[in-house]
Amino acid sequence: MTYETRLTADERAELRAIAAEIVPASDEYGVPGADDPAIQADLLATLGRDTALVREALGQLRTLAGGSFGALPPDRREVVAGALRATGGKAVATLSRVVLQCYYRDDRVLHSLGLEARAPFPMGNVLPDGDWSLLDPVRARPPFWRRTD
Amino acid sequence: MNDPVDVLIVGAGASGAAVAWSLAETRMRIVCLEQGGWMNPAEYPSAGRDWEARAYGDFSPSPNVRGRREDYPVNDDNSPIKVLNFNAVGGSTVMYTAHFPRLHPSDFRVRTLDGVAEDWPIDYATLEPFFALNDRMMGVSGLAGDPATPPHEPPMPPLPMGKSGALFGKALNSLGWHWWPSDTTVATTDYEGRARCINLGHCTPACAQGAKASTDITYWPAARRAGVEVRTHCRVREITTNEHGMAAGAVYYDADGVEQFQAAHVVVVACNGVGTPRLLLNSASGRFPNGLANSSGLVGKNLMFHPYAQVYGYLPEETDSHRAPPTCLWSHEFYETDRTRGFVRGYIFQFGRGVGPVVEAVTSEAKGILPWGREHHAKFRRLSGHRMSMAAICEDLPEEHNRVTLDPVLKDSHGIPAPRIDYTLGENSRRMLAHGEARAREILAAAGATDICVNSPIPMGGWHLLGTARMGTDPERSVVNEWGRAHDVKNLFIVDGSVFVTSGGVNPTSTIQAIALYVADQMKQRLATLFD
Ligand SMILES: Cc1cc2nc3c(=O)[nH]c(=O)nc-3n(C[C@H](O)[C@H](O)[C@H](O)COP(=O)(O)OP(=O)(O)OC[C@H]3O[C@@H](n4cnc5c(N)ncnc54)[C@H](O)[C@@H]3O)c2cc1C
Repeated sequence: MTYETRLTADERAELRAIAAEIVPASDEYGVPGADDPAIQADLLATLGRDTALVREALGQLRTLAGGSFGALPPDRREVVAGALRATGGKAVATLSRVVLQCYYRDDRVLHSLGLEARAPFPMGNVLPDGDWSLLDPVRARPPFWRRTD
Repeated sequence: MNDPVDVLIVGAGASGAAVAWSLAETRMRIVCLEQGGWMNPAEYPSAGRDWEARAYGDFSPSPNVRGRREDYPVNDDNSPIKVLNFNAVGGSTVMYTAHFPRLHPSDFRVRTLDGVAEDWPIDYATLEPFFALNDRMMGVSGLAGDPATPPHEPPMPPLPMGKSGALFGKALNSLGWHWWPSDTTVATTDYEGRARCINLGHCTPACAQGAKASTDITYWPAARRAGVEVRTHCRVREITTNEHGMAAGAVYYDADGVEQFQAAHVVVVACNGVGTPRLLLNSASGRFPNGLANSSGLVGKNLMFHPYAQVYGYLPEETDSHRAPPTCLWSHEFYETDRTRGFVRGYIFQFGRGVGPVVEAVTSEAKGILPWGREHHAKFRRLSGHRMSMAAICEDLPEEHNRVTLDPVLKDSHGIPAPRIDYTLGENSRRMLAHGEARAREILAAAGATDICVNSPIPMGGWHLLGTARMGTDPERSVVNEWGRAHDVKNLFIVDGSVFVTSGGVNPTSTIQAIALYVADQMKQRLATLFD
């Protein structure tokens, strides 16, 4: 059984709805929301060991919403999402993390941030050497480690 | 039944590798049993697009989160600081950040100088040649001439200062405080078969490029060429003793889960400050009812972590962020005792360079500075790539109630009792943490940072595991003698961070490995009289 099938269709719909509250789409920045189909597909495919806690958080969400969160009107969703976040705890933290970790590796999102959409290896990065003359005042200090003899 | 060996080493991490390499020149038959396997750098997080996310899963520094089959669980519920490690050939160096300061001379004389804890039975001068040897073997980058430390010559130049280093440097200069490029085991030139660092920027959860020195790519290849055998996926359950009270060998589970016995003339334990007391306590027998080598009752006691006060903020300027090794600079301004500060001993600051977008989002959300909803994007753009971060690494004084014992319920996958940690922060540590936090805030203010966040102590910060089988000359007040041999068992040696008498206020691995080399050297010098 894959992890994806462990969330029911209802749970997946709720996950999509709360993801949109955490990170909504933005025309201003030209980015999708975390409910975007590709981001959701990544999220479901990689939920793995976090499935149980995410399910628990979705259960908390349902309780706060008094039923389906996704079926609430938008202004009510915002209030309930705020209440969920305020609840805190491991399950809500996990829910928020899995949403963010998939969102911030999406190519479109990374490009909008001016970041390259790639693994660090094998290309690496260039690190500027910096201005070593800044160290001059420290070089001028006499040794100050404590002597023991 | 395996043929007896001359030396059996348990644990292939920082210290186990160093001791194996050093002893190899004796041409003795040496076997190392390691519960983990050889790592494959192609599978390291930085080789994949999910490089940041894996730090929350199979490459978490916490064995409890990671849950790989090589890991053993740790009950650290009763500690504000959680135990971190890595279990593989290379041990926790596979997953360390490679910040590589040495203990200071004063660290070995804390009772004499400051009236607390106990002096070490050895001093900085004793270890100095082994620090230098270890620097060459691991490949250390750094800059000679630091006025805060005894003179030494790192074999490679320092990492670039980068944007973050310059920003810190300016702030610290304005305060008149010490700073210096850190010693680090990240290669800055091609070195002994390792290519120079190309700034993957994700050093801690293993370096896919191999520029970071973990012992699987430094000591172990050399030790194996010299004839040492590493047996992987072999978890030691207990060290057995014979009728003379000497170590006879080790019972372990092999890669197929089959119980095996390896006889040995000498046993060296290198399982780290939690794994070593666990193994000694699990080796209790009729002759050693309180655990092996535990007539002092100190096995597992005096656990020291180094509580970290992490403080960070955000600048209008860009920092190096995730595009550079996290090791950058250190400051030893507050290292030596100044009683007007309200505590004894001290700490270094370790300055970082920032984090990647996922870690930025997840940690800032958790801190409450990154909102959900409409405001999310604008705020994230002010945070991402702008973090300026530092941590005060505080000296933890030894206190017997901070300890490792065996959990009565929790067991690993082989049914071996798991370690339980009981730890509370001492008053001296609390004051030091508060001092470090306040100074860090001053540094951030001098740099113009906003949105200041604090983790003090860092809960997921038990990466330095020290003091649980300490060295000393008095068998009633220590577990091993001044050259690493157990007082109670004359062919049993301990070489890892357990033997630390005090913790100092710096990352410990340089000193751990120097001690391992020193103990190996002592063994070589005394081969004819080793068991006297
Ligand atoms: C996230 C992280 C960051 C760190 N950053 C730094 C840093 O920047 N600078 C620094 O100085 N230090 C750092 N450290 C700490 C550093 O990794 C350790 O100090 C060092 O590796 C300890 O060396 P050791 O030989 O005592 O134990 P380890 O390197 O932990 O090796 C112990 C080995 O023993 C094996 N073992 C344990 N029990 C058994 C058993 N029963 N049977 C068989 N094998 C067993 C384990 O699998 C492991 O491989 C960091 C650690 C972590 C986790």
